[in-house]
Amino acid sequence: MTYFPEEVVEHMFDFLSHRDRNAVSLVCKSWYRLERWSRQRVFVGNCYAITPERLIARFPRIKALTLKGKPHFADFNLVPHDWGGFVHPWIEAMAKSYPGLEELRLKRIVVSDESLELLSRSFPNFKSLVLVSCEGFTTDGLAAIAANCRVLKELDLQEIDVEDRRGQWLSCFPDSCTTLVSLNFSCLKGEVNLGALERLVARSPNLKNLRLNRTVPLENLCKILSRAPQLVDLGTGSYVQEPNSEHYMKLTSAVLNCKSVRSLSGFLDVAPRCLPAIYPICLNLTSLNLSYSPGIQGNELIKLIHHCRKLQRLWILDCIGDKGLGVVASTCKELQELRVFPSDPYGGGSAAVTEEGLVAISMGCRNLHSLLYFCHQMSNAALITVAKNCPNFTRFRLCILDPQKPDHVTLQPLDEGFGAIVQSCKGLRRLSLSGLLTDQVFLYIGMYAERLEMLSIAFAGDSDKGMLYVLNGCKYLRKLEIRDSPFGDVALLTDVGKYETMRSLWMSSCDVTFGGCKALAQKMPRLNVEIINEKDQMEENPDDRQKVEKVYVYRTLDGPRRDAPDFVWTL
Amino acid sequence: MAKQGLELEITELRLGLPGDNCHSSRDKNEIKKRVFSEISVDDDQNSSSSSGGDRRKNQNNNNNNNKTQVVGWPPVCSYRKKNNAAEAETTKLYVKVSMDGAPFLRKIDLKTHKGYSDLAVGFEELFRSYGIGGMWKDSESSEYIPIYEDKDGDWMLVGDVPWEMFTESCKRLRIMKRSDAKGFGILQSKPYSNGEKQNDLKI
Repeated sequence: MTYFPEEVVEHMFDFLSHRDRNAVSLVCKSWYRLERWSRQRVFVGNCYAITPERLIARFPRIKALTLKGKPHFADFNLVPHDWGGFVHPWIEAMAKSYPGLEELRLKRIVVSDESLELLSRSFPNFKSLVLVSCEGFTTDGLAAIAANCRVLKELDLQEIDVEDRRGQWLSCFPDSCTTLVSLNFSCLKGEVNLGALERLVARSPNLKNLRLNRTVPLENLCKILSRAPQLVDLGTGSYVQEPNSEHYMKLTSAVLNCKSVRSLSGFLDVAPRCLPAIYPICLNLTSLNLSYSPGIQGNELIKLIHHCRKLQRLWILDCIGDKGLGVVASTCKELQELRVFPSDPYGGGSAAVTEEGLVAISMGCRNLHSLLYFCHQMSNAALITVAKNCPNFTRFRLCILDPQKPDHVTLQPLDEGFGAIVQSCKGLRRLSLSGLLTDQVFLYIGMYAERLEMLSIAFAGDSDKGMLYVLNGCKYLRKLEIRDSPFGDVALLTDVGKYETMRSLWMSSCDVTFGGCKALAQKMPRLNVEIINEKDQMEENPDDRQKVEKVYVYRTLDGPRRDAPDFVWTL
Repeated sequence: MAKQGLELEITELRLGLPGDNCHSSRDKNEIKKRVFSEISVDDDQNSSSSSGGDRRKNQNNNNNNNKTQVVGWPPVCSYRKKNNAAEAETTKLYVKVSMDGAPFLRKIDLKTHKGYSDLAVGFEELFRSYGIGGMWKDSESSEYIPIYEDKDGDWMLVGDVPWEMFTESCKRLRIMKRSDAKGFGILQSKPYSNGEKQNDLKI
């Protein structure tokens, strides 16, 4: 390999994933040097694992950065708002060192308007901003992005509560901006200037993805579709109209022109009787997200599904019911990813979907590899059947709404069912458990889930052995998050070296003590052991035996972070 | 598992109603099962769980009708929870619909309909076999008239008031044969359509 000119080696590196690039950079000094100068895209899974300065020192020519902040359980309000995960220091550092930055993708990061303003002014070639589950900014920040990023291609906002400042952020896109490829503002609550929106669409010939918010009425959707028949990904705004109205007729013909749409979402407000207008799109759909559309139910939903024979991804609410899932199973033979969300998370009542729906899906959709399923009951027999029918799962997340609920038929723990899943699905990378579970399920996971990278545990297990089975068995484990389970100091401290091979460990409402966390921090200086001490549960110098409510452990090259708030103690 | 230092009987975890001492028939595993403590939850804030070290004070009965809510459970992201909470406010509104001549009644969810013409389409679907077509468009020639019973118990002609007002006051619907209404002089008034009221009442 040393006989190849450097340009050739660099070119070969272009084909590698970032993990493989990490590996090749360790081969020899010249490869290390070549790789670091040619690396353009970098993924930082934990923003506190390194400082921006260290990243810049290692990779001087980055064009695209992905950054993740808060731990996953922050999605469920288990992490206080001001825990951290700020993007601003990153933008400041990159403004000085990466003038060519083009793409920024952030997840669970705190983004302020100031940060967005700085971003918009610092990188003349900036093309793509994707924010997922972030917080801290308003529409003023969006206005800055729209106004200043001259060659913006992508602005994608997902699952964010953006404070609406009643400015006209969308109108801030200058007339000269014609480069938009992807625009997703579906999570915004406020109104946008509809005329500005239409003009923006009209002057963006490359627009492929457009997801509108609830305030854009159906009449305007109609006009937009006629301006952008080349759309591939469409998210409707409000979808309400009288079926016999002129607007609806216009929509029907506009839709017929949109032959490229492959992904459909939205329908936040919906008049189900207007759905037939989109049936022509359904024939070629590969992705359908109705998880924010409780207004589509029963027969209308089933009729819609009947048209979607090519579906590969389906996100739906559990009001589809087992019967509806049966229709999915017989219609969507190419289904690869299914997510069934609870429409009523706290209601115990009508069992919307049960294990029967899941079994039906497994029988009909043999290519299924990714599942998120909220249900009211499950059985080992069902899980064993599912495991047999679908051995290709890479992601399997099952949430039985009632914590610790056993097999509803036999009243046994669900150890055998999940055991069957991990044994059958050799490629399983992500697993979330629920229901009544003993240490046995962890024995199975340690034994069979060889490729497991992320495991989420809640209200499960009997003793430290459970956690130890997992830590000992899953060689590739990267993220382990545990809540309300009886794992204590013995489990935490038996194999401390393991945590340096992982991105992070989260334990809340478990049995680990202050002393145990201190011991871990002492033995492993390259880990940050953060105790989240909300509402002053612990006094200044707690007893070693006191249980710790929340502890977050992650590997880092740069020691304790300097922006930790008062209630976060880094040991 | 670390014990609290309390009496063993108190920490012994059982499934079942308080005071139920019969655990000979229960699985050993169930006895050792942890329970989650009762924690009052406002999911939009960051309420902490009860003070550390004393989490096992409460029994959890799986058959409990009063579901104790736990912080961060079920694991649905807060953005989605807020969105669905907003939607859950629009509850269903089922009312009975009777049609003269039909052997049984039907029920219709007014909330799924967005206006009078939408409702008409709904009626047509329910009572298709009875030839109900054209009830709205051609009110003079249609064989049927839709009426509804309002909160005061009076029978009203459908279509006079705005849609929202109608859904709030309608208790049940009846699709009446025109022949039964002869002599009441309401035949020439056109009900609401597209939000426009057109009245031409002749008595």
